[in-house]
Amino acid sequence: MKKGLLTILISVAVLMVSVVGGEATNINGAGATFPYPVYSQWAYKYHKMTGMALNYQSIGSGGGIAQIKARTVDFGASDAPMRYEELKKYGLIQFPMVMGGVVPVVHIQGIKPGQLKISENILVNIFLGKITRWNDDALKQINPGLDLPNRKITVVHRADGSGTTWMFTNYLSKISDEWHRRVGFGKAVAWPAGVGGKGNEGVSAYVERLSGSIGYVEFAYALQNKLTYVLLENSYGRFVAPTMKTFRSAAANADWQHAPGFYMVLTAQPGIDTWPITGASFILIYKDQKDMNRTKTMLRFFDWCYRHGADIAERLKYVPMPDKVINLVESVWKNEVKVNGRPVWP
Amino acid sequence: MKSNNISKFYKKSDTFFRYITASCGIMILVIMAGIFIELIIASRLSIKKFGFAFVSSSAWNPVTQDFGAASSIYGTLVSAGIAMIIAVPLSLAIALFLAELASPAISRIMGSAIELLAAIPSIIYGMWGLFVFAPVMADYIQPMLQKYLGFIPLFQGSPMGIGMLTSGLILALMIIPFISSVTRDIFNMVPVVIKESAYGMGATTWEVIRHVIIPYGFKGILGACFLGLARAIGETMAITFVIGNDHTISPSLFAAANSIASTLANEFTEASEPMYLSALIELGLILLVMTFVIQMLAELWLWRVSRKGEKGA
Repeated sequence: MKKGLLTILISVAVLMVSVVGGEATNINGAGATFPYPVYSQWAYKYHKMTGMALNYQSIGSGGGIAQIKARTVDFGASDAPMRYEELKKYGLIQFPMVMGGVVPVVHIQGIKPGQLKISENILVNIFLGKITRWNDDALKQINPGLDLPNRKITVVHRADGSGTTWMFTNYLSKISDEWHRRVGFGKAVAWPAGVGGKGNEGVSAYVERLSGSIGYVEFAYALQNKLTYVLLENSYGRFVAPTMKTFRSAAANADWQHAPGFYMVLTAQPGIDTWPITGASFILIYKDQKDMNRTKTMLRFFDWCYRHGADIAERLKYVPMPDKVINLVESVWKNEVKVNGRPVWP
Repeated sequence: MKSNNISKFYKKSDTFFRYITASCGIMILVIMAGIFIELIIASRLSIKKFGFAFVSSSAWNPVTQDFGAASSIYGTLVSAGIAMIIAVPLSLAIALFLAELASPAISRIMGSAIELLAAIPSIIYGMWGLFVFAPVMADYIQPMLQKYLGFIPLFQGSPMGIGMLTSGLILALMIIPFISSVTRDIFNMVPVVIKESAYGMGATTWEVIRHVIIPYGFKGILGACFLGLARAIGETMAITFVIGNDHTISPSLFAAANSIASTLANEFTEASEPMYLSALIELGLILLVMTFVIQMLAELWLWRVSRKGEKGA
C-alpha cells in the first residue's frame, strides 16, 4: 500500500519535472481549421523526436489573425493570404505551409464518385440558384451517359466563416462576372441559395442526409466520408478529378517568386491537368521576434515540416510545398526574421 | 457580562453575514448591468451605421458589410413559437397524468425518466435531430403535411427534413421535460384537503382538475411555461444543427432559417472585420433585450392575474 503511494508520488514528481522542463520549448499557434489535421500530425511526430510541444488551436483563420495581431501566440495560421500592405503595417511575414484542394460533392441517387461532370457555367448557376433541378438540359448535355433524376437541387454551404469558403467563392468570382458582382468572395458571403452547415463536417453531414444536394468540402473530408465528388472543368476545358496529381499541377504553375509577401491564390490556375479549386494555407509570424531560442525552435519545426513532413502531408491528402518554394521561404526567414536586429535563421 | 459579549459577537456575525449575502445579491445586478453596457459599447459601430433599420432589415452580407437582424429575430420567435404551441399542452397533460391519474409507482418511474430527459445535453438533441429525426421528417412527415395541407404557404417548398419546422419540433422535445416536471411539482403542492373536499362534494376527476388544481397552480404553470420559452429562445447547439442556417425570411416552415443563437454560434469565430463583429454583438444584445421583455411581460401578466384573483376572492 505504502509502496504504491510512493510510486504514485514519484511518478507525479517526474511528470511535473518533465512538464516544467518542456515549457521552454512550447510553441503556441492558432488559426485555420483546414490544415489542422496535418499540423497536429507533424507536431506529434516532431514532439516524439525533439520534445518540442506545439499547442495549436484550430479556431479558424479569422481568430488566428486576431491572435497574432494581439501577440498572444507565436504564430497565426490562415487559409486566406493577407495582402502585402497589411503585412507591412503589422510587421508580419507570411509563408505558405501546405496546399490542399476544395471539392464539390453531391448526393444524387445512382451517381458514384467521379461520374458527374460539372462545367464552370453549371457550377456557378447552381450556386446562384439558377439551375434548380438535376435533370436540367445543361447538365444532361455534358453527362450523356448518366441517368439524372428529376429532383430539386439543394445547395449546401458553410454557415460559419471559413478559409474553405474563401477559396471556393474566390474561384466562383474568377470564373463568373455575375458571381463577382452579385456575391463576391470572402470567408462568409451572402449565399443566393441553399442551407448552411457548420464546419466541413456539418456540410458533409448535410450532403449525406439530403438527397439531391451539392456542397463543397476540403478533399480529406470528402474521402473520409466517402462523399460523391464530381469532375470539374478546368481553365483548359478539360474535366479533371480531384487527385494529388491535379492538385500538384495547380501548385506547379504558381509563380511564387514574384508574389510579394507570398500573396498567392491558387484558384483557377493554368495547366491541362490542374484541379481548379486549390489553395495554400499560410503561417503568419512577426519579423521582430523577442526570444532568440523560441524563434529558432519554431523555425526549426517549420523547416522539419517542409523537409521531412511531406509523406505525412500526402497521406492526409495535402500537397507539400515544392523545394523551390521552401528555399524561397527560408531565404525570407534569413533576411527578415530578427531578434534585436540579429538574424535568427539559420 | 460574558453572555453579553457572546450575544454581541453573534450580532456582529449576523450583520457581517447580512452584508456578505447582500453584496452577493448586488453582484448579480452589477453583472447584469455590466453585460448590458459591455454589449452596447461593443456593438456601437453597427448601432451607429444601421440604427433602427438593423432590426427591420433582413440583409446579411459579410462581403459588403451590410447587416440586419430581421431574419434572425424572425427565426428565433417562430421556432420558439412552434415549440411552445406543441410543448405546453403536452406538458400539461403529462404533468396531470403524473400528479393525479397515475399510480404512485408509475408516476415515480416516469417522473425520473422525464427528469433524465431534461439532463440530456442539447448537442445530443441536435445530432439526433439531424441524423435520425430529419430523415424521418423528409421522408414521411413533411410529404404527408404537404399532401393534406399543401395549399397553405406554411407547408409549401421542398421537404428537406431540416428547417424551421424541424427545429421547432426539436425545441418542443427539449422543453417538454422542463415544463412538465415543474408543473408536476406544482400540482403535487395542491393541498390534499382542498382536493378531498372537492371530491367529497361529488366532483368528478375532470372537475377537480379544471376547477381546483389548475386555478390553484396557475401562477406556477405560467412560470414553468416562461422557463421553457426562455430556454427555447436561447437554445443554440440543437438549433444550429437542424435549422439550416440561412439568412432569409421564408413563409414556408420547411425552408431553412436561422436564429440569433445559431448565427452567433456559427459566425462569431471567423468574424474578423470590426463591423461584422459589432453586428454579431448587437444580435446578442437583441437576444438579451428579447428575453428581458418576455420576462417583464410574464411578470406583468402574473401581477394582473393575481390582482384579479384577489378581487375575485
